[in-house]
Amino acid sequence: MGEVRRLQEAGVLVFSWLCGVLLLGAVIAVIGYLFVHGWRSISLSLIFGATPPLDALLMKRHVFNGLFPAVVGTLSLIVLSVCWAIPIGMASGIYLAEYAGAGTKAFLNLFFDILAGLPSIVVGLFGFSAAIFLNRLFPGSIHPCLLISSIALAFLVLPYIIRTTQMALEGLPLSARLTALSLGASKLQNITHVLLPQSLSGIVSGVILAIGRCAEDTAVIMLTGVVASAGVPRSLFSHYEALPFYIYYISSQYTDREELATGYGAAIILLCICMVLFLTAFVIKRQVSYHALYRA
Amino acid sequence: MRRTKEHAVEIFFVFSAYFSALLTVVIFGFMLALGLPLLAEGRIFSIMTQPWAPHLGQFGIQPMIVGTLAISLLSMLFAFPLSLGCAILISVVSRGTVSWLLRKMVEMMTGIPTVIYGFVGIFLLVPLVREFFAAGSGMCVLSAALMLTLLVSPTMILFFCESFARVPDSYGKAVLAVGGTEIQKFFHVTLPNSWPGVVIGFTLALGRALGDTLIALMIAGNAVQTPNSLLDSARTLTSHIALVFAADYESLEFKAIFACGIFLYLFTTILVMAVRLLGVGRERWAR
Repeated sequence: MGEVRRLQEAGVLVFSWLCGVLLLGAVIAVIGYLFVHGWRSISLSLIFGATPPLDALLMKRHVFNGLFPAVVGTLSLIVLSVCWAIPIGMASGIYLAEYAGAGTKAFLNLFFDILAGLPSIVVGLFGFSAAIFLNRLFPGSIHPCLLISSIALAFLVLPYIIRTTQMALEGLPLSARLTALSLGASKLQNITHVLLPQSLSGIVSGVILAIGRCAEDTAVIMLTGVVASAGVPRSLFSHYEALPFYIYYISSQYTDREELATGYGAAIILLCICMVLFLTAFVIKRQVSYHALYRA
Repeated sequence: MRRTKEHAVEIFFVFSAYFSALLTVVIFGFMLALGLPLLAEGRIFSIMTQPWAPHLGQFGIQPMIVGTLAISLLSMLFAFPLSLGCAILISVVSRGTVSWLLRKMVEMMTGIPTVIYGFVGIFLLVPLVREFFAAGSGMCVLSAALMLTLLVSPTMILFFCESFARVPDSYGKAVLAVGGTEIQKFFHVTLPNSWPGVVIGFTLALGRALGDTLIALMIAGNAVQTPNSLLDSARTLTSHIALVFAADYESLEFKAIFACGIFLYLFTTILVMAVRLLGVGRERWAR
């Protein structure tokens, strides 16, 4: 009996270590492969091509053979999407945490859970069909573009921001909630001057993870206006390039080794951006595991 | 003056919350409205069962439904034992720094962009699968499921670990006190007491597997056919949306991608509902 039990225990031990080694081995293989094959292409000319970096940054000259337009496109997407998502997301989170009753909260949370679970391609399809719809209302003015993409991406990350705001506020101790109120502050003053500042680290780490999602998402933007070559976006209503789409595009359409090398370079840059964002969120708030779970 | 201002801000809070909730409904409404011509004439059943043959006027998405289920369920078949093993490793077998380090690495994995898995899949995994099985192009159900395993495992592992940690320590201490080992404690106390969490983790991960676009799009081959073996090329609902997207807006072919959208929406909503029901069960059980 004892013998069997000892064997079983050894089996569990071996199995669990095997799983751990397998998973981490696979991830290290993926990242390692990327770096081994791509590190040579990492240079300033990867981003700026033959154009002097300063001229490119000041928009004096176009960059033709570099990733500069894709990097600018991705950055514009991030900034715009987060700008749309933060006010609405935080306001919804505040409403859920501070105003809504238990019934309302459960009711609204159902919708936010569904929204969070939607595949990004569905959100992209929505963005696209909304663009067609708007084009019928205002003929000729709206077509898939940077603005539409950023709004669709904002919808995609909205549930993150709602949930992190709500969780951060609800996590505050009762003593923190009551002090200002007992000194005569109104409910809103208490929220803006006491509760929000205290829960800022939680909210900011949620925003950073939302940024990461905007940086990496490909499915939404491929339906809402990203193209393989458009140069630096000129306005909200123009087509644009983005790093993740470039990586996807190159993987199927590359014609020579040089183009493929640029693809590897873009993949390394994107991976580094996402890892840096992840580490920042981690440093700001040690407890990132919750967000990691929430990523659907 | 201040009161009206405060009131305005509070109205904005309410407005935002209901706007966000309404958005969820509006997204579904758009899919329905645009997919309607295809679904209206009682064709829902034929859409679900017919093959995709636009030149014959058939816009069935049955191959894509099968492709989606095959790839995501196969990846769950790989990912579930793998994740359970890793979760046991992190929560039970390893201690201190090793456990912490493993956990951080799994958390970090959630931040790796999907497109990177697809990209490396094309150049590393697909040739390996092609050479190992010496058949086909290597772009197949198996390749996509293997890469998807890497994508969905972290979600499950972290959720499993969290569920194990929720089991009250006093239960486990009782086992240890009568001379049980850590592993006995895990199998006789922790696991039986955390199964709702394990099921929720599985469901969340399945939702991710069903909804992912890029991995299947890049390495499953995208052939419009019902896959018969693991080495067959297949197309998922998500890839189908991405691929047919470029066609003419008014065509029935294009309307069919909204049917895909409706299916994906319903699939993931059902999973979310299941998680919520299980979550309620878990709350009760925790008391």
